[in-house]
Amino acid sequence: MSVEIAILACLIVPAIGSLLIWLTGARPNLRESVTLVTAGLLFCLVLVVVAPVSAGARPEAVLIEMFPGLSIAFKVEPLGATFALIASSLWILTSLYAIGYMRGHNEKNQTRFYAFFALAIASTMGVALAGNMLTLFTFYEVLSVCTYPLVTHSGTPEAKRAGRVYLGILLGTSIGFQLFAIGYTWIVAGTLDFTDGGILDGKVSGGVAALLMTLYVFGIGKAAVMPFHRWLPAAMVAPTPVSALLHAVAVVKAGVFSVLKVTIYIFGIDLLSTTGASYWLAYVAAATIIIASLVAMRKDNLKLRLAYSTVSQLSYVVLGAMLATSSGAIGSAMHIAMHAFGKITLFFCAGAIMVATHKTEISQMHGLGRRMPFTFIAFGIAALSIIGLPPLGGAWSKWQLALGAAETGQALLVAVLMVSSVLNVAYLIPVAVRAFMPAPGQSESPDRSDDGASWRIEEAPMFCVVPLCITAFGCLLLFLFADRLFEFLEPIAAG
Amino acid sequence: MISAHLPILQIVIPLIAAPVCLILRHAFAAWLLTTVVTAVTFVISVALLMQVLDQGAISYALGSWAPPWGIEYVVDQLSAFILVIVAGIGVLVMPFARQSVEQEVPKERIYLFYVMYLLCLCGLLGIAITGDAFNLFVFLEISSLSSYVLISLGHDKRALTGAFNYLIMGTIGATFYVIGVGMLYMMTGTLNMADLAERLPAILHLRVVEAALAFLLVGISLKLALFPLHFWLPNAYAFAPTTVTIFLAATATKVSVYVMIRILYTVFGGPALFEVLAIDEALIALGMLSMIAAALVAIFQDNVKRMLAYSSLSQIGYMILGIGLGNAAGLAGGIIHIFNHAMAKAALFMAIGCVVARVGVVTISDLAGLGRQMPVTMGAMMIGVLSLIGIPTTVGFVTKWYLIEGAFTAGNWLAVATILLSGLLAVIYSWRIVESAYFQDPPEGRDHVREAPIAMQAPMLILAAACIVFGIGATWTMDIVIVAAEALVGEAVPATIETSGIQP
Repeated sequence: MSVEIAILACLIVPAIGSLLIWLTGARPNLRESVTLVTAGLLFCLVLVVVAPVSAGARPEAVLIEMFPGLSIAFKVEPLGATFALIASSLWILTSLYAIGYMRGHNEKNQTRFYAFFALAIASTMGVALAGNMLTLFTFYEVLSVCTYPLVTHSGTPEAKRAGRVYLGILLGTSIGFQLFAIGYTWIVAGTLDFTDGGILDGKVSGGVAALLMTLYVFGIGKAAVMPFHRWLPAAMVAPTPVSALLHAVAVVKAGVFSVLKVTIYIFGIDLLSTTGASYWLAYVAAATIIIASLVAMRKDNLKLRLAYSTVSQLSYVVLGAMLATSSGAIGSAMHIAMHAFGKITLFFCAGAIMVATHKTEISQMHGLGRRMPFTFIAFGIAALSIIGLPPLGGAWSKWQLALGAAETGQALLVAVLMVSSVLNVAYLIPVAVRAFMPAPGQSESPDRSDDGASWRIEEAPMFCVVPLCITAFGCLLLFLFADRLFEFLEPIAAG
Repeated sequence: MISAHLPILQIVIPLIAAPVCLILRHAFAAWLLTTVVTAVTFVISVALLMQVLDQGAISYALGSWAPPWGIEYVVDQLSAFILVIVAGIGVLVMPFARQSVEQEVPKERIYLFYVMYLLCLCGLLGIAITGDAFNLFVFLEISSLSSYVLISLGHDKRALTGAFNYLIMGTIGATFYVIGVGMLYMMTGTLNMADLAERLPAILHLRVVEAALAFLLVGISLKLALFPLHFWLPNAYAFAPTTVTIFLAATATKVSVYVMIRILYTVFGGPALFEVLAIDEALIALGMLSMIAAALVAIFQDNVKRMLAYSSLSQIGYMILGIGLGNAAGLAGGIIHIFNHAMAKAALFMAIGCVVARVGVVTISDLAGLGRQMPVTMGAMMIGVLSLIGIPTTVGFVTKWYLIEGAFTAGNWLAVATILLSGLLAVIYSWRIVESAYFQDPPEGRDHVREAPIAMQAPMLILAAACIVFGIGATWTMDIVIVAAEALVGEAVPATIETSGIQP
């Protein structure tokens, strides 16, 4: 099979999968098989597409000429390949998890859920493999629309309100700022192709570049840079598999991925570092990191806390991109992978707790660790990875980012990264620790038989627990094989 | 042999079929004849477009009287494109019309409906095809008079006042137009557009010519419902029979936009005129004003048809803005929006028609629960809504892209911001449909609502599919439109458009 066909198949296969899911909706087992087969097939396709990239090739494909002179075109490079690999591999695990969760939780409209989920993955692939800014923008917008029914899945007034915030901010920023920036880029540069070294070099002055970069960063609302972050906590009304894959990986990573793409292939790192056009945005990102962490500490709802943690972690990636150094860019790219595995594990755990015990607030989770040891151990591992401690993946990306910040001589940014790690400890570790501690007051309870009963292992369904153990193990593997990832990503900064 | 006479057949066939319908006096027979006739007109329009793309503009001398003495029909890229849109909507409406008209028009008047429909179609096609300024007025009146009747056929009493308002405003518009043409005739001694275009540049600075232009523009603006001359439109659309609303919304105002382009660019020379008179700036301002103002009003409409009518006003602003920008990309955006908006609005109004057929009157709250009860109809409506917003992969985005390119090229940043803002306002007014259809439970006693009959759904689905197909593969339409726009603006075909965009 030629790589070109495989690239197009990466979009078409999940799209067709979505259609089949719709058609087989009356028979849940068959429908779930379709999801799993599609996810497996997609992963194989992505492998086929990615294989030549590590050898230095940049496979390309054109779907259709959208406007005269502007096509829906794809070009696989290391950054996009990494993102596609993460999203497609985690989709398999999320599908397994979703089966356990959706059935365990007796959710309604499951067919619609799986169908739009597959469509969202198709659009994510489009974002990941996009060969020009128009293609990226197209799939970015389609992704926003496809995920709307997932966010508002429950159909309650609360979900409706959340949907408004979600779509309002995402469409508002993308139409209001991003499209403006893309239009201007097209007029100035005469092309929108992602090119090594950027397309704007020599076309814009430093001031215009700074303005344009600002429009891009805020226009890519999915990157959740403050003050355009509110859609992400709002999206937490969605079923947990959506929060896990889409709002910890696919959608939010599509955002920061787009920021990185713009930085590296539209502006070019050199242009940004010589003009300093992006430095002030690095401080915006730094502020987001700290503020979101502080907000996360105050949230008692586990999913909300994780959401604010995501807002904070996303800004690591944005900050790395805005540093405009090669270690910053590579650190950002690595952080996309590291955070993806860590955060999806945390969300899987939150969902598993909800399915098994119907508890959503952290203050209710005393002692649950003894009932659900696998879940909470996985939670602990993932939390350590997010914090950035060895021997877990997050350590490497944070190291790279700190290196990048140090290279630019911005001591304050280095300090922010350090302080933030401490804050991560403060809001993530207590969740795991508290679970293994008995509740105050309950601990001295003389009624041993009661406690004894609650110590019995009562995990969520296997479909929920196995995926989260795998992703937690993934965090460990990412630490051990981080050099492979680093080498794979290195060409993006060579520019 | 016959292919040489296609331009006249395009007009004459529906014109003759109309009185035949009158003689038939039978609802079904009239419908059948109209369907056949509209299908034939559509085929002719496509054949004309092929001819034009193949061989360039066609000039047809009516009755072999050579222009400028006789009436000349001119089919160039632009008019052929408009003909295809009008005839295409004309035929797509037909399968939908049969059941919808039966429901909404008294039985004994149904054949009259088709008589008027054919006349209206004939008038609109005539406007697009003629190369004679006075002949254009004749067709304008044919289409207007028949559309007044069509609107008044609505079962709601307010349809009568709506039609009457339209009659008054439309007549004033037509009168203004004919006064303008009269003044031009006085100054140049010709009515042929090509002839006028040759003679006008020399006398462009004269007060009389300026006055003539003012009359023409105000007259046309009334017909195309440009803000603030739009007051007739919302009621006319809201209370007319749904079929009429679909047809008029997709064609009538759009053809008036075409007239505006013709008069400004072909007759008065476009950019050359703008250098003498700053009409372009007035058009940009009015276009932006209607984009925003009408969208704001649409937010507060409860009747879905009225809301979509105000949305139409907002969308007409896009076209006027494109005309005012005065460069190839902007004008192309304006022209392509005639097509794009026709597809999206027709799909939306057809979806509303399907709902009317099953539920009755449509306010936003009447849509409650229909997302589950009429999934196909609401799916088509979703595509229409996304088009209005201008999400990529729908036709709405194509317009937006070219208008933004045109606005940037013209250096008009405010226009760029307005285009983007009005897209966001579209989210606000149109998302109420989505929320009502998908988040509300159906009201008591409306447990069983079936989908509309297949004959009504099929054209709706074709239009919704067109919104996507021509949104992803816009090259098919844009290739025609860009050539047309460049010819109108008087630019030689620059290679940059094809390969690398416009250099600042």
